[in-house]
Amino acid sequence: MAPVQNVPFVSILLCMVCALLCAVLPGKAARFLARAVPGLICLGNLALTFAFRDLEPFHYPMGHFPAPWGNELRAGPLEAVCSAALALTAFLSLNAGMRKVRQQIPERKQNLFCVVTLMTLCAVCALLYTNDLFTGYVFIEISTLSAAALIFSRQDDRSLAASLRYLVMNLTGSGLCLMGISMLYGITGQLNMESIRQSLAAAEGPPSLPLRAVMVLLTVGLSIKCGLFPFHEWLPDAYAYSTPASSALLSSVVSKGYLFLLIKFYMRCVGLEAVRASGLATALSSLAGLGLLIGSLHAIRQWDLRRMISYSSVAQISFVFLAVGLCTPEAMTAAVFHMLVHAFGKSMLFLSASGLSDVSGGRFDADSLQGAGKRHFAAGAAFTLGAVSMTGVPLLGGFLSKIYLSQAAIATSGPLSAAVLLLLALSTFLNTLYFLHAVVGIYRPGPLETPPRRATGAGYLVSLCLMMAVNLYLGTASASLYSTLLRGISLFA
Amino acid sequence: MAALFSDHLYEAAAMLLFGVGFTTLLLNRNLLKKIIGLNVMDTAVYLFLASMGYIEGRFPPILREGVTDASAYVNPVPAGLVLTGIVVSVSVTALLLALTVRLYERFRTLNIDEIVLLARKGEK
Repeated sequence: MAPVQNVPFVSILLCMVCALLCAVLPGKAARFLARAVPGLICLGNLALTFAFRDLEPFHYPMGHFPAPWGNELRAGPLEAVCSAALALTAFLSLNAGMRKVRQQIPERKQNLFCVVTLMTLCAVCALLYTNDLFTGYVFIEISTLSAAALIFSRQDDRSLAASLRYLVMNLTGSGLCLMGISMLYGITGQLNMESIRQSLAAAEGPPSLPLRAVMVLLTVGLSIKCGLFPFHEWLPDAYAYSTPASSALLSSVVSKGYLFLLIKFYMRCVGLEAVRASGLATALSSLAGLGLLIGSLHAIRQWDLRRMISYSSVAQISFVFLAVGLCTPEAMTAAVFHMLVHAFGKSMLFLSASGLSDVSGGRFDADSLQGAGKRHFAAGAAFTLGAVSMTGVPLLGGFLSKIYLSQAAIATSGPLSAAVLLLLALSTFLNTLYFLHAVVGIYRPGPLETPPRRATGAGYLVSLCLMMAVNLYLGTASASLYSTLLRGISLFA
Repeated sequence: MAALFSDHLYEAAAMLLFGVGFTTLLLNRNLLKKIIGLNVMDTAVYLFLASMGYIEGRFPPILREGVTDASAYVNPVPAGLVLTGIVVSVSVTALLLALTVRLYERFRTLNIDEIVLLARKGEK
């Protein structure tokens, strides 16, 4: 076994061990560790991605027993690329947001904040790499708990209330997932994804009623946790009122773990054919289409910039579900590509919004933010770039993911493909409305007396610049990334 | 329908309990009752798993003297899943209870709607 094949296991273990260390180390060391570990994981997974050029996907046994009895990880190009990208987002978000963390989070809680960031990353890595559904469930819960802690780490009224709503909704989602996994275990007698697939493949014909129930339970459970319309009510408060680093992690890293598990469940456990035959794909597409429009319409109505970005997340998550609902390998690739675009774009938007508010007296409403883009050049540029990417302007990531989804939709040729194209056009129009409004707002001539400017720090500026670079890379030079994703998806099933 | 209930009594009871717990967690406005609902819901899943794992006339999965045939024992995996589930549900309950205590200290109410309203008011 090549040494690089230990990367998946080491990533998960490193997060766990360093999370424990963060609880006992002095504050400064803990903050350093919380920022360094995501960087290391990103580098390791990048090495694994390049190794996959001549390496086949492999299984990594955990413990003494072989697969159907023991637990195991599964790694392929898709998992490696996604973990590298998500770890990079976490690395950049934490480096950009750490100064704010020190300002907003009580001193004695800062170590615990570092613990939960690392546990979040650990859960996401495990969700990406696990080959066992019940392990998936355990890490879903770990991810939920640490995300709740990320939200209430600020300890003010609104973030506490937001995390309560988050927990209630997300625990109903986990309950549905657990029931679904238990029922699937009852049907197949297996928890390993490949064994489930083999056991289900033995039964001919369209999916049976219990299997349909399992698919609905898992789909609804995971889409509650991602914030798909109509289960999105918890999302805006949770994203908007936590500290910027938390918002960035929640919107770009946490939700992607659940999405990836859902794609894995569809492709590796039940198969795309069964998803289409059960009618679930159509239901998912319809909900996603509605969510795409309603999320954008809500975003237009918001006066708080953070809430606007959060509602835009609702629309973007629906975009991913729309692609998943098409149920073809190309559409799945488009979904994963958009997950990465959204991860880098949304974290950049949340962090640049915090920079803009710093030069506007700490406020987030349109009036106070007037002229903020001129007062803080880097944050203004990053916000503009992120907004433009989300609306889908060429040379940026959002444009390419729309192109990929349209191509996948046209290839399916049916009434659904026309509906998807129409929805894309409508959502682009709505995105332009609210993002353009915000971008014009921050460059409008501001008040004559500028509010006192707070220092943002070198880490913030460097991270924002790197995020802008990654967004440009996704839009201009990502052909090899796309082909890696496509290869990963084809090796997935 | 009646046969379904008599043949699968434990599974049917588990589904019923799951529904009770799920609706309580989602719809009840009182935080403590929500937490109780969460626990009822999780317990329903354990009942479901345990009833699947139990086969009448077989031994628990602990080696007995002289009996080496695997088919004499029940499958240990469902019990393992139940144990894991209990650990998860205990930690989730602990976090929710801690959050409830914190919120009650601040707002002097257990009603989730009032808490959200008061938190919103406190901001302005």
